[in-house]
Amino acid sequence: MLKKNSIVTKLVLVIALFSSVIFAVTLGYNYFRSRVMLQDELESNARNLAMSLVNRVETQLTAVAKVTEGVAGALETSKYTEPQLHSLLRATVENNPEIYGSAIAFEPYAFSAQSRLYAPYYYRENGKIALSRLEKSYQFVPYLYWDWYQIPRELGKLEWSEPYFDEGAGNILMSTCSVPFYEEINGDKQLKGIVSADISLDALTEYISSVKILKTGYAALLSRNGMILAHPMKGSIMNETFFSIAEARQDAYLRELGKKMIRGESGFVHYTSLVGVRSWMYYAPIASAGWTLAVVFPEAELLENVGKLSMTMAAMGFTGILLLTLAVIYIAKTIIKPLQLLTVATDEIASGNFDVDLPIVHSNDEVGVLTHDFQVMQESLKEYIKNLTETTAAKERIQSELKMATNIQASLLPRLFPPFPNHPEFDIYASMVPAKEVGGDFYDFFFIDDKNLCFLIADVSDKGVPAALYMMVAKTLLKTEGQRLGEPDKILFSVNNILASDNESCMFTTVFCAILDVTTGEVRFANAGHNPPLIIDSQGVRYLSLKPGLMLGPIMETVYETERVTLKPGDTLFLYTDGVTEARSRKDDLYGESQLREALQLAPKEELSDMIHCISEALVRHAGGAPQSDDITMLAIRMTKDNASMNHAGKGG
Amino acid sequence: MSKMWHKNRLQRKKSSIIAVMSVLFMACVLARPVGAAEVPLKNASFMPLWGSQAQFAGYYVALDKGIYARHGIDLKILKAGPGHTPTQALEEGAADFAVVWLTTALLHRAAGKELVNLAQIIQRSALMLVSKKTAGIKTIADMDGKKVGLWEGDVSISPRTLFANHRIKVREVRQSHTVNLFLRGGIDVTSAMWFNEYHTILDSGIDPEELNVIFLRDWGMNFIEDGIYAMEKTLRNDPALAAAFVNASLEGWRYAFEHPDEALDIVIKYMREDHLPANRMHQKWMLDRMRDLMMPVNPQGSFGSLTEQDYEAVGRAMQRNGLIESYPDYSTFSWKPDAQEK
Repeated sequence: MLKKNSIVTKLVLVIALFSSVIFAVTLGYNYFRSRVMLQDELESNARNLAMSLVNRVETQLTAVAKVTEGVAGALETSKYTEPQLHSLLRATVENNPEIYGSAIAFEPYAFSAQSRLYAPYYYRENGKIALSRLEKSYQFVPYLYWDWYQIPRELGKLEWSEPYFDEGAGNILMSTCSVPFYEEINGDKQLKGIVSADISLDALTEYISSVKILKTGYAALLSRNGMILAHPMKGSIMNETFFSIAEARQDAYLRELGKKMIRGESGFVHYTSLVGVRSWMYYAPIASAGWTLAVVFPEAELLENVGKLSMTMAAMGFTGILLLTLAVIYIAKTIIKPLQLLTVATDEIASGNFDVDLPIVHSNDEVGVLTHDFQVMQESLKEYIKNLTETTAAKERIQSELKMATNIQASLLPRLFPPFPNHPEFDIYASMVPAKEVGGDFYDFFFIDDKNLCFLIADVSDKGVPAALYMMVAKTLLKTEGQRLGEPDKILFSVNNILASDNESCMFTTVFCAILDVTTGEVRFANAGHNPPLIIDSQGVRYLSLKPGLMLGPIMETVYETERVTLKPGDTLFLYTDGVTEARSRKDDLYGESQLREALQLAPKEELSDMIHCISEALVRHAGGAPQSDDITMLAIRMTKDNASMNHAGKGG
Repeated sequence: MSKMWHKNRLQRKKSSIIAVMSVLFMACVLARPVGAAEVPLKNASFMPLWGSQAQFAGYYVALDKGIYARHGIDLKILKAGPGHTPTQALEEGAADFAVVWLTTALLHRAAGKELVNLAQIIQRSALMLVSKKTAGIKTIADMDGKKVGLWEGDVSISPRTLFANHRIKVREVRQSHTVNLFLRGGIDVTSAMWFNEYHTILDSGIDPEELNVIFLRDWGMNFIEDGIYAMEKTLRNDPALAAAFVNASLEGWRYAFEHPDEALDIVIKYMREDHLPANRMHQKWMLDRMRDLMMPVNPQGSFGSLTEQDYEAVGRAMQRNGLIESYPDYSTFSWKPDAQEK
């Protein structure tokens, strides 16, 4: 439907692409920021939750530790008899419901010199307080070598034991708080024994296990050895340590994390939880026992809402981009449609049909303006073409008229050579090439009587139609006056007076007028401001020296003088206008008189037409393509060598 | 692994008719179950040194996979651990076979009890002294004046002997079967078995790089531990039973090493039955280390047998340190089931 290069396609592609990219970036940033914000919020939430759990555990542990320390303190400060000892111990268990059982275990012979070991233990059994004697109940390994006794003994301070399962108490998870107590003998502090208090961790671990975080998040408790005490993985409780799980998973990071935890550090980490889910965990130490409490937030659940929001936004964005695309297509098409119509119309105009109707656009937008401009252009073009047609018609008319004028002018000059076949005594040849359609130069020759041939060459000032008209007048006058007067000076005098008398246009003409006696070769000539002709005879080529004379037209009563020269048989007289000597090359060099003389020396002499054509070609070569600036006219006349023809001419004369 | 054992067995039967013998042996082994189906199984009892764990994987696997039954034995594995002493059980006749340390056996022998070694399971001593690097203890001499955790009983013969030889005095602290005293800093040095306590320490978050370990065997105290023992009387009564028990037990071990996952499953099953916490990674470590420890050390050694060299070394060391006045001949003390079978 849409062309690959169409503006609509481009617009849709670019807008859809860019808005998609912008939207994707926005969405991505939003997701990322939401995550970060959620994470920040999570960290404080997780810390608060962990700390509240830690406090709960701590409260219980601290209370028990206080009681135990209290008993130890009591034993250090006063001497207890056996019944007093028993009632103290019994009361301790009775008054502290969180204490499962409590023992006072003595160092060997510390209670009495008679018996080596002595360790009464009061504990709860079926809701009652029962007594047990640890020196008897620990059958194989004396109580001296159990962790609850040995560790505080060696360290000399309160210790919470690693949690253990107590089978005797119904397989419940226990931890024992043990406090050493001393006796001062001669200022020497000597260990007397250990006071211990057992607590059940079941309630605590159950409470920790019951903490629900999101759907599958959880709280966990680790011992000082990294042993799992509370965790949703029930099978791992009291069986796996954080490190054995790390070992099984060959997860060095998990091991490092575990080390941080048992070192009593706290932190907020992103990790793969023991249940194998990418999660956030906050862990904090339970300082008194050296345990670690952790709260675990599964990342996927945490980000569920952000994910949902992002999906909704993505869906909205997608729909938005789709609508935007449709809108762009619609708008682009409304813009493109008049343009397409305009294109069709302009195609028509381009093919020359200016009358085609342009589409009507009502909008005032760029397309409207463009259409309006096209309308104006169409009108202007129509007008212009109309004018052009008219002008061209006028010009063509003038052209054809000028062509006719050229023909007329050309037909006025004698063009038939040889013009006088019955006069072999002489040869004559002439040519005139006008610079424009019509020229101001002319030549003429005619017989005045049987033996006198009048020949002349003239150059009217100016060129073109005025010169041609003036030339017509001058030529007609010269011919009529020439036939009437028969002498060059008289002819020129008369014609000058006629031309000058009514010369409002201030035009003038140079004329070289000569009359040849064809029987003798004598030439009588007068010059009205024309270039001197050349004589080609046995001595070579030379310019005829002339008396200066004023051109015809400007001044009345100008007097001209007849001069004479005799042409021997074979001698040639060469007349020309200044279009020859002033022919310009491309570099504006004039052809010049000396070049003309040299050209004539080299030109073929046999036929006058060849000579003149040779000079014409020389001029064309000199011009080298430069436009002809002036009419070029040449006339050559020669007395023939042939005596027979002389005789014949004589007979004819 | 199996190839090596096979090679060892062949080495024991160096003869020109190795092939024939092998065929006969295989036939013998294969024929047994057929016979077992017809002949009623002989009752026998066995006491390990400690509760069920991978240290005794071979016996549990042999029992579970019916290897003992195939060898004609209806075996009962007795409860072990605190309060149960294998030597006592043997001497009282409560157990036919038991796992006993070489040192313990020699002490009892010196006291006139006729204990006989049927097989030597552990070929290199696994006992080690472990300290935290922060304590700066690198040699035995460094332990002078330090608190050293020692187990009660024969277990501590080698460290005590070593301290005496080095003329150092340590502050002995009797240690329990947990490593917590050491972990909490109650003692500077702890005794540990490579296959057990050492790994417990690692699994409590202490890296090997944070520990200095001294293997007793590296200090001339290769007091090789677990061996299978019986009273001479028991052997006299039914040498075939003893041979069958040893062979079945060693076969159980081989099977365990060839199928470690299955072996772990079996061991853990028995541990659960005994209500013992069963950490698979720990048992895996134990089984792997048992394999290391059971590999014969020198060319004369073979899987499950006590070499004269090792025996003499332990006997001499104990004699020199005044623990025993004399020790029996190797041939008297070490009974070879193979010889009986032939």
